[in-house]
Amino acid sequence: MEPGIGSKGPPTDRDAENITRVEELAYELKIEEVMSKNLLKLALETRMGEALDAFRQSRISGAPVVIGDSLVGVLSIEDLIRCLRSNDLDAPVQAYMSRSPITIHSYDPVVEALKVFVDANIGRLPVLDEAGRLVGILTKGDVTRGLLKALQSDYQEEEVRRYRASHLFEDIVSDRTSLILRYKIRQGDFTHGGAASSYIKRALLRLGASPQIARRCGIATYEAEMNLIIHTTNGGTIRVEIEPHQISIDAYDDGPGIKDIDLAMKAGYSTASEEVREKGFGAGMGLVNIARCVDDMKLESVVGKGTRLRLRIYLHNQEAFGESYTHN
Amino acid sequence: MTLQEIIETLQLTPLTEPRDYATITPTGGYASDLLSCVMAGAKRSGVWVTLQAHANIVAVAALLDLAAVIVTEDAQPDPVTIEKANLEGVILLGTKMPTYTVVGKLWASGLKTE
Repeated sequence: MEPGIGSKGPPTDRDAENITRVEELAYELKIEEVMSKNLLKLALETRMGEALDAFRQSRISGAPVVIGDSLVGVLSIEDLIRCLRSNDLDAPVQAYMSRSPITIHSYDPVVEALKVFVDANIGRLPVLDEAGRLVGILTKGDVTRGLLKALQSDYQEEEVRRYRASHLFEDIVSDRTSLILRYKIRQGDFTHGGAASSYIKRALLRLGASPQIARRCGIATYEAEMNLIIHTTNGGTIRVEIEPHQISIDAYDDGPGIKDIDLAMKAGYSTASEEVREKGFGAGMGLVNIARCVDDMKLESVVGKGTRLRLRIYLHNQEAFGESYTHN
Repeated sequence: MTLQEIIETLQLTPLTEPRDYATITPTGGYASDLLSCVMAGAKRSGVWVTLQAHANIVAVAALLDLAAVIVTEDAQPDPVTIEKANLEGVILLGTKMPTYTVVGKLWASGLKTE
């Protein structure tokens, strides 16, 4: 059983940790958004033979039985089989239908229906509105389709965001437009290590950066971010300035500072502790990797004061942001 | 060779939520437990074989757009790491085999690098 779905009661903190997007959607989507509204309704006096033909024609395996707008029962394929066995197709629907069926409300989240499907082992649920009127029917297939559609629209939302962001530099006119992103990095915060660089990479992709540029920038900021986490006294800041033709990354902290910058730049040299090395950091490759990914790199440090790392990546013509608007 | 075939051949255990592995075709691989070496050496769409199981492997795999991370010697990522991987769309696969064996089997199945 997936945590969160079908489990009784509200999800615990542990469940919450494992909740996936699909499960989130099961809580967000309402039954009325995924149910079938176009439904076949049967009357109490409908003959079982007619119901059988209707099921066959509409390719369904169950239908609600109503008087006006109120639900009085459900007829399923199992009921039809019982009727066929007794060779009783002339009987009215009310003789074979299940009375007082389990129902669900149109304003309930989809997850409520999933719980019923799992617990009661039934194929379809009549859906009632606030006044108790029958407004639709819900099958497991409806739920699957609804969730897939919602996931698809999530994907489209990302496309729209990308489209909007990618026009940012074209839409805003100034002599020099830039977008500045700032991230506070906490010392020792390995749990969030890489979060800032992931956000930066995503921002660049949304702005329309090529995957290569986003990757180079991602690697450089990741190494800078890990350096702030591993080597600083009080953490530090990463500041990324995005302009149409360049990306400037600034990573700075207030200590302890680097004693010997030349040595720090040497591949394989690291001052990381044994504990940090066990996690796979401290290979002495961070600054080397950064140098490889950027076009320009300046490292300044004063012991007891702090360190400042300034990086630049230049975007050549076809890579530039908002390329169709460059009149200067 | 697709990720589906790799998972079947090496009998790997998906640790993250299932994906359509048959549509993912890794282009090569990289093995190291030093994250900076991976940052420097792993190619886009490759598989990464490592003994590390902490949350930072997800950041590295996401930044490099890796096809999957194979975590060896039964090292177990914690729930937070797995949740982060699901969120970032990073595939984590587990195995009891050591890195050397996994790499050998990958190479023998045809996932080679130049």
